[in-house]
Amino acid sequence: MGRYVARRLLLTIPVLLGASFLIFAMVYALPGDPIRALGGDRPLSPAVIAELRERFNLNDPLYIQYWEYMKNLFQGDLGTDFRGRPVIETIERALPVTVKLAITAVVFEILIGLVAGVLAGIRRNSFFDNVVLVSTTLIVSIPILVLAFFAQLLFGLKLGWFPIAGTNDGLYSYLLPGLVLASGSLAYVARLTRTSLAENLRADYVRTARAKGLPTRTVIVRHTLRNSLIPVVTFIGADIGALLGGAIVTETVFNLPGIGREVFNAIRSQEGAVVVGIVTLMVFFFIFFNLVVDVLYAVLDPRIRYD
Amino acid sequence: MTNLDLSKPTSELAPSGTPLLEVDDLHVEFRTRGGVVNAVNGVSYSLAAGETLAILGESGSGKSVSAQAIMGILETPPAVINGGGIWFQGKDMLEMSAEDQRKIRGPGISMIFQDALSSLNPVYSVGFQIGEMFRAHRGLSKKEARKRAIELMDRVRIPAAARRVDDYPHQFSGGMRQRVMIAMAIALDPRILIADEPTTALDVTVQAQVMDLLKDLQGETGMGLILITHDLGVVNEVADNVAVMYAGEIVERGTVDDVFSKPSHPYTEGLMGSVPQVEAKGGRLRPIAGQPPNLARIPSGCPFHPRCARRRLGADAAPGRECATDVPPLRLVVPGREAACHYSEEVLGVPAE
Repeated sequence: MGRYVARRLLLTIPVLLGASFLIFAMVYALPGDPIRALGGDRPLSPAVIAELRERFNLNDPLYIQYWEYMKNLFQGDLGTDFRGRPVIETIERALPVTVKLAITAVVFEILIGLVAGVLAGIRRNSFFDNVVLVSTTLIVSIPILVLAFFAQLLFGLKLGWFPIAGTNDGLYSYLLPGLVLASGSLAYVARLTRTSLAENLRADYVRTARAKGLPTRTVIVRHTLRNSLIPVVTFIGADIGALLGGAIVTETVFNLPGIGREVFNAIRSQEGAVVVGIVTLMVFFFIFFNLVVDVLYAVLDPRIRYD
Repeated sequence: MTNLDLSKPTSELAPSGTPLLEVDDLHVEFRTRGGVVNAVNGVSYSLAAGETLAILGESGSGKSVSAQAIMGILETPPAVINGGGIWFQGKDMLEMSAEDQRKIRGPGISMIFQDALSSLNPVYSVGFQIGEMFRAHRGLSKKEARKRAIELMDRVRIPAAARRVDDYPHQFSGGMRQRVMIAMAIALDPRILIADEPTTALDVTVQAQVMDLLKDLQGETGMGLILITHDLGVVNEVADNVAVMYAGEIVERGTVDDVFSKPSHPYTEGLMGSVPQVEAKGGRLRPIAGQPPNLARIPSGCPFHPRCARRRLGADAAPGRECATDVPPLRLVVPGREAACHYSEEVLGVPAE
């Protein structure tokens, strides 16, 4: 297992290198001049523009720019944006927001999605089961943008239960955006759990467990739930990686200064260093949590061995 | 494997005693969207301590369903027990609370299944799954249960039990897995063991070892054994009595020696005819014509009549014994032998009364 994890971690290095180059190239390929846009309505003087272009190597071809970027990166310098703010500070400021949002979302996925899925799976075809089926279908078919505005309007404005935007109320301000962000995955978790549980309840080993005279609770919890949760845990683990990539829509609608919003703004103003720094970090999270899932998989299912 | 074992007790010598289990006129149906499937249609039998009763029949004859009804592990719905009774040591199991029924499973009646790989939970070690019996029914600690699991694995002759107790089902061979199932089933010294096709998934040499093990365990504990199978060889080797099932009913019942040497129901006769005989070299097997019946539409009269070589229809039939309209009851044909056929005497070759 240790060797497997080490090998997988080593493999992330070429992936990260490749990803960072691709992102760099894409930002390079964007039309327009970021320096010219920097001035906004009051154009910068040609001398200033020339000086800035020189400082950020914008006159060099792509590979030289990338080389300069990587050289600094390996010295621990993520570079600065065009206003001179270090990228590392942007990340330090934005990442905690995204992490809190992601944790809130995952908690909702587990609390609501898992519980609803388990209850629906145990009482298949019951009223509750049908409620779960209909509501999850509804949720996954509404775009998250609509859902976000609707939640803002209903729970924030009309009912006044939650703050509408910003992070002024501490963790409380993350509840509504967290719920909106979780909604899609939450519905998926509920359905996955339900299907997996319903399927496992028909398994031969569950019949054996009942034939052994085990109490119903043991049959369900020990011999059905554990096996049913393997695919669900896999999904949630991979989803954490995706959620840490920030949620551009949710963070923008609820005005949360997370990395999703930062990267969105950086793409618009063609801040190469910011985009590459943040997106490479997202890629790393994604790879890392997929590795965690694979390791967890072997822990949950003894049939899977990596050595 | 089809040689008769003369050392085996015949019906007169069979171990006697109060019946451990009595099944009376059991009916089970499955209510599905496609209609009602009549899986078990009035099955009755009894089992004494130390007795081995083989229930023989093809797939869909209701042999497994009736066993699961006895265990109380039928999925309800779709299955419904809609008639009859099951008495374990004189107590009606169908009248009991679910909790009382549960307490019988394990110490009273126990069951092993055909496919040990899918019947064992893949994510728990075999020792844990065997030990669960002691933890659930006897309240033993995890550690104590593990110790008992090792003892049981020794008892079912799994080599290096102490080392293998923490292994998982997929790390065992098919025969060893079935031994794990058996260890689990006999953990609490059940009065009755129901073995549902215990050797079907195993190769022949391993089959013999597993059957020997079951017989030895039965000899040690005196438990009653219900052996559900479609393997005539296995029945002949180990069973005292046999009940042949067709379309959810018992069509013939008697001692194994009697039934196998002289069948009194055309279906049993057909089964015997479809077994390859070593002596009959070069001859053709005589399979039973047609298909097993659709349990949602069981034929009228005798359910076997569309496939029966001896059927008598219309004017050929004796009064009240028309095969397509009159249902033949399970009746005593000769002492110790029951069959559900209007013309059993003819099949057996004895004069009718």
